[in-house]
Amino acid sequence: MSRDRTVDVLVVGAGPAGLALAARLAGAGAGHVEVLEREQDAGGVPRHCHHGGFGGPVRPWLTGPAYARRAVRAATAAGATVRTGVSATGWAGPLTLETTSPAGPERITARAVVLATGARERPRSARLVPGSRPAGVLTTGELQQSVHLYGQDVGRRAVVVGAEPVARHAVRTLRRAGTEVVAVVTERPRAAAVPGVPLLTATTVAELRGRGRLSGVAVRHEDGRCGVLACDTVVFTGDWIPDHELARRGGVALDPGTRGPSVDASFRTSTAGVFAVGNALHGVEPAATAAAEGEAAAAPILARLSGAPWPDAGPPLAVRAPLLWVAPNRLKDLGGRPMLLRSDEPLTAPVLTAAQDGRLLWRRRFPVRATPSRSMRLPAGWTDRVDRSGGPVVLAVG
Amino acid sequence: MTVSTTATTVTTGGALPGGEYDVTVVGAGVVGAAIARELARLPLRIALVDASDDVGDGTSKANTAILHTGFDAVPDSLESRLVREGHRLLSAYAAESGIPVEPLGALLVAWDEEQAAALPGLADKAERNGYRAARIIAAEEVRAREPELGPGALGGLHVPGESIICPWTTTLAYATQAVRAGVDLHLNCRVQKVTSGATHTLATSRGPLRTRHLVNAAGLYADEIDRLLGHADFAVTPRRGQLIVFDELARDLVRHVLLPVPSALGKGVLVSPTVYGNVMLGPTAEDLDDKTDTGSTAEGLALLREKGRRILPALLEEEVTAVYAGLRAATGDDDYAIRAHPAQRYVTVGGIRSTGLTASMAIAAHVVELLADGGLPVAGARELEPVRMPNLGEAFLRPYRDAELIARDPEYGRIVCHCERVTRGEIRDALASTVPPGSPDGLRRRTRARGGRCQGFHCGAAVRSLFEEART
Ligand SMILES: Cc1cc2nc3c(=O)[nH]c(=O)nc-3n(C[C@H](O)[C@H](O)[C@H](O)COP(=O)(O)OP(=O)(O)OC[C@H]3O[C@@H](n4cnc5c(N)ncnc54)[C@H](O)[C@@H]3O)c2cc1C
Ligand SMILES: Cc1cc2nc3c(=O)[nH]c(=O)nc-3n(C[C@H](O)[C@H](O)[C@H](O)COP(=O)(O)OP(=O)(O)OC[C@H]3O[C@@H](n4cnc5c(N)ncnc54)[C@H](O)[C@@H]3O)c2cc1C
Repeated sequence: MSRDRTVDVLVVGAGPAGLALAARLAGAGAGHVEVLEREQDAGGVPRHCHHGGFGGPVRPWLTGPAYARRAVRAATAAGATVRTGVSATGWAGPLTLETTSPAGPERITARAVVLATGARERPRSARLVPGSRPAGVLTTGELQQSVHLYGQDVGRRAVVVGAEPVARHAVRTLRRAGTEVVAVVTERPRAAAVPGVPLLTATTVAELRGRGRLSGVAVRHEDGRCGVLACDTVVFTGDWIPDHELARRGGVALDPGTRGPSVDASFRTSTAGVFAVGNALHGVEPAATAAAEGEAAAAPILARLSGAPWPDAGPPLAVRAPLLWVAPNRLKDLGGRPMLLRSDEPLTAPVLTAAQDGRLLWRRRFPVRATPSRSMRLPAGWTDRVDRSGGPVVLAVG
Repeated sequence: MTVSTTATTVTTGGALPGGEYDVTVVGAGVVGAAIARELARLPLRIALVDASDDVGDGTSKANTAILHTGFDAVPDSLESRLVREGHRLLSAYAAESGIPVEPLGALLVAWDEEQAAALPGLADKAERNGYRAARIIAAEEVRAREPELGPGALGGLHVPGESIICPWTTTLAYATQAVRAGVDLHLNCRVQKVTSGATHTLATSRGPLRTRHLVNAAGLYADEIDRLLGHADFAVTPRRGQLIVFDELARDLVRHVLLPVPSALGKGVLVSPTVYGNVMLGPTAEDLDDKTDTGSTAEGLALLREKGRRILPALLEEEVTAVYAGLRAATGDDDYAIRAHPAQRYVTVGGIRSTGLTASMAIAAHVVELLADGGLPVAGARELEPVRMPNLGEAFLRPYRDAELIARDPEYGRIVCHCERVTRGEIRDALASTVPPGSPDGLRRRTRARGGRCQGFHCGAAVRSLFEEART
């Protein structure tokens, strides 16, 4: 028999976003704040990022594990309950989650539920890379865990696919494991090279080869040149997708661009009482960004606990190519926080526009270079001009 | 290395046992394993050998997993009879053994006038195959039954008896039951040569093996084994079928097995739920020369996506979980190539192309009869101890949801593979089972671990570590 329990706030996922939120909420006296983490240890992705660069440069940069430990300590010290080895597997009601743990199944009902489930990299299969199905095909997430958490052998010669910053972390982890990195391969026309590793741009992975173990990666350059990189390991990096299973199973509306729950500036989803924060919203951003979202969600959640109404859905915020996504992406609550905006192509000093029903709301030149691997920050002031009963607001370059 | 628990024998290396086996089955695919299981009922010394490190590692692991009624077989063929019987036998066996089966029914959808015109012929063919429940339905009913179907369906044939099944558990159940009943399973054991006289001596990659009767269930290589015994009456052409498996979140998009109207080029591309809760799109049909080429190709995947977009447009928006390919053992003939050579005490089970999973138990019964014709003593058959397999089916109670089970053993509440919700208890059990996995992929086929949408981003290292731990 499942046990039934009630808490005030139930946070799913003890990564930087969920933990930062729990710390803030518990500290503000939100009552019983419980964080569920399916892994044996709390902390999220930073647990297996054994490199510096976490937190903020004001404080000394921390390594991932140190950052994770600190986040867990802060949440528990503030009075939140962090339960590990507990998976949220589905819904038993609009604000009731089903969970599984060694203690058995449970149904936990909360006054507010927060999805802080993070993101993952699309694996080889989702990228439809043809060829055989040998061992030695990884994502950065699996690579880092193999090396840093389990001390496993990851092969002698590796190819890294992708040009986002995480590709550099993959190279570093491989080298730490004593694996030679043969090349970094990306379809993008330009990318930052990692010192000492050949960078193949405008190049696609055409086929994986090998029986049993990977023996090589066939690549094709845009200009038609082909070749095979001999290797026994390939790491597919970047290409993020939010872990949105719970959101979808709960009928929470997703944004077509981010593939994460669609939220307003107060992190409210389409389901009353359900919030979402962190990489679950948009794929990977720096941990500090995820944590900041968690912190910023505390105030609207406290408001919800004290009875604030769930506002009606306003117009959605959509993007036009080469823009990929924007988050938050509902305009029902015109908050003051900047929005994150991603482009699929590098843009130099782009002019961004926002229009609604053919009416130009806003237009501004961005004095920056936008790259596909970093989000731009879009100020929110112009959103005053949105007609809240109008059609979708479209962001475009031009 | 011999794993011998409570008198069961599974070997994966070293020399083979001496003496003479009464019967040896070459090939531990679904067909060979079914034959070994059927033989296990007899008081005989039996061996099942396979070149691979696991059972069901050939064609049997990579098919579309449909338990066919045989409605579209060639009437009066051996295949028609064995598929019909096999459907009945395996349905009953699955229920008894805990092999997941979902009786969804199939819908053949006609997308143009020519296909619509072919439906009455198909309904008639079904009748001739002894299947009477197929019914032609109008476009409106097709749409009502499958609301997400792409536009333009003109009508369909409803075949309520078609089901989906777990192919991995099926092979494993047969092999487990055979081994527990005393059959010796020798893995990593490739048959390279056969010398025949009063007994057959098989030269294998692990040394000689002597046997009085021989069954060739070597799948794609059945023609090659046949030649070792002096027969050349068929040749196997590998016909590749590539498939795309979509995420479990796509499962609500489809309710039946959606079959195309078959054409001269074969059964065509279908969309089907799987018992694991995914949706599958495929297979292609490409004749190859290379019997090991189970790779996917850019062209194959593009073709599948194009076909899939027509059938179920929303499916193409979903995440892809896996891509794989299987090779059918095509022979250029329209029927199975099951041949008895009684004087040689030898039976060939070849050309088991696209229905072997369904027909497996009926093929096994048929083969034992043929062996009897060659002098195999078949008296003293007994009932086998039933097996109860771990449930991999999403439509049935999985351990992570089973409160009583977790109360007895908390390891069933410790999820290791999050996407597929596989627990440490299940992984532990599989690693200690009668026929343990030979690789992490074998572990996946027994538990689903690492088979989900993240393909190991979250759990890959943990699962590998549990596998390695059990091996040392
Ligand atoms: C390889 C890699 C390298 C990185 N390097 C850096 C860096 O150098 N600097 C930096 O600032 N950022 C870095 N990041 C980004 C940073 O790790 C993330 O921004 C941050 O972890 C996001 O936090 P989150 O809480 O949103 O998600 P996550 O950290 O992913 O946490 C989500 C948590 O939710 C849990 N969960 C999910 N579903 C369930 C469920 N159903 N039930 C229970 N629990 C669940 C997961 O197990 C996980 O622990 C890196 C990310 C990766 C992948
Ligand atoms: C794409 C596709 C879709 C299909 N869909 C369905 C379906 O929906 N329903 C259905 O009923 N059927 C289906 N089938 C057919 C079914 O999968 C096959 O008929 C069945 O798996 C054949 O089993 P088998 O045991 O004959 O061959 P295999 O599974 O290939 O087994 C043969 C075994 O012999 C071993 N072997 C070969 N040579 C040697 C040697 N020299 N020494 C030792 N061992 C050797 C191999 O290692 C292998 O394990 C499909 C097939 C394909 C390819």
